[in-house]
Amino acid sequence: MNELTAWERMGLIRQKTRPTVREYIPMIFDSFIEFHGDRHFGDDPAIVGGVGWFDGTPVTVIGQVKGRNLEENKTTNFSMPHPEGYRKALRLMKQAEKFHRPVICFIDTPGAYCGIGAEERGQGEAIAQNLAQLMRLKTTVISIVLGEGGSGGALALGVCDELAMLENATYSIISPRGFASILWKDASREREAANRMRMTAEDLVELGVAERIIREAPGGAHRNPVLTAEYISGYIRSALGRTRGLSMEELLEKRYGKFRKLGQFTLPE
Amino acid sequence: MLEDLFDKVKFRMGSDKKEQRPATMEVPSDLLFKCPRCQQVVFMDQFEQNCKVCAACGYHSRISAKERLEITVDNQSFHEYDSGMRSKNPIGFEGYEEKLQEMRSLTGLDDAVITGECRIMGEQCVIGVMDSRFMMASMGSVVGEKIARAFERAADKNLPVVLFTASGGARMQEGIIGLMQMAKTSGAVARHGEKGLLYITVLTDPTTGGVTASFASLGDIILAEPKVLVGFAGRRVIENTIQQRLPDDFQSAEFLLEHGFVDKIVTREEMRKTLADLLKIHYKGGGCCE
Repeated sequence: MNELTAWERMGLIRQKTRPTVREYIPMIFDSFIEFHGDRHFGDDPAIVGGVGWFDGTPVTVIGQVKGRNLEENKTTNFSMPHPEGYRKALRLMKQAEKFHRPVICFIDTPGAYCGIGAEERGQGEAIAQNLAQLMRLKTTVISIVLGEGGSGGALALGVCDELAMLENATYSIISPRGFASILWKDASREREAANRMRMTAEDLVELGVAERIIREAPGGAHRNPVLTAEYISGYIRSALGRTRGLSMEELLEKRYGKFRKLGQFTLPE
Repeated sequence: MLEDLFDKVKFRMGSDKKEQRPATMEVPSDLLFKCPRCQQVVFMDQFEQNCKVCAACGYHSRISAKERLEITVDNQSFHEYDSGMRSKNPIGFEGYEEKLQEMRSLTGLDDAVITGECRIMGEQCVIGVMDSRFMMASMGSVVGEKIARAFERAADKNLPVVLFTASGGARMQEGIIGLMQMAKTSGAVARHGEKGLLYITVLTDPTTGGVTASFASLGDIILAEPKVLVGFAGRRVIENTIQQRLPDDFQSAEFLLEHGFVDKIVTREEMRKTLADLLKIHYKGGGCCE
């Protein structure tokens, strides 16, 4: 049982030593080959994508890249993708569909980038396309939140058959700071916001947003990345097993149903 | 003496300012309309006669969902779906129920969207209209559910969908459940589209955030009213990130057209006819081989 509060977990996942997708990929997949570019505008280093082997099965791997120092973060834009990043991801997802490969997505972003170029190139349209196309993608999609799952920028890799959270990972509609600033007009209440937003792995399972929680090494993933990678591999193995028996129609119905049921409302008798 | 002179000047300047203020600052909102884009002030009845469009710059101001339906659909043709659907409080956010109650009494709406079936100049379709007066038409459980149901019913009945979007984005008070409505609505749009059915988006003021990043950007045809604000991130968020002021036309309908994200800008006056023409040209497919 993880006793840390949401705020304490945010502190933990924002540590520079927290393993990133770049470290996990060689520990989880064999012979990973990275692919670049969205074929329209450019290549976004905030998203890594390519093909590799998992347990002897070819898979497509897509993930958001946090930097571990300022230099890396300058390159990966603090893991905040531009539209071309989401379009690269979509291109690789469609490629996976064509060749019947499962898609494994790793979510780790504070959110999609907010800037002039992002608006000019249609950040909203890029995310929307990913949501719509992922919902109908004719292959298995498994998403795992490694650290921060921030808003629509995270969801664009999170329309999947199963969503799992690392035990200290968070997933939320906006950063706690943004939440406090919008709803209470006071960004300094971010700690309180974090603890009220229901953004921990347990919260998300309870709310029906995530299916599974993946254990981290004792004390957090950074204490033992190899062990944590083993836990992630174990999860991927079981998740792929669960979707294997389904027909394509069942898979897509189930995927839509998973999101379709999220929402709480009443209707008059 | 010199000091006295300064005081006099200061006093005079101060009093000048005070005298000017009432004339320019206090615009009685029920009598006059001040355009947020060009700052022109006109009489309210003139502005209303002009379909709430600024005569000086062409800015298409916000109108209620009810007003929108009145100027868009054929008389007596509208049948509402899911009337009375109300949101619960999925993350138990303090004050949310009270806020919803306050908004209901203020607007007479149950939430930020009205959906239903109608005819537009005889053409049958499913329609949805968002109302920015209700919590800036943010998308929570009710907006998500009503939009998803509208697309599902349209798919069952082989009908096209026309949506007038306006929104501040996903509804913060519903936390992660608010965010998930983006996936739910986008999925419903995709399933409707796979049946070969038409979806027309009309972007109205303002369409932003999670609604821009979901169903608002997924229309087969995307129309926009002139001068409206459409974007993903809030203007202030971007200005804070990049530490510079953005040009005035940034994230306007015209900006989107220029960058290739809008098919056509259509005035309020031409909207009904344009929608009817588009619905007609998509009816029963073209003359292509099977």
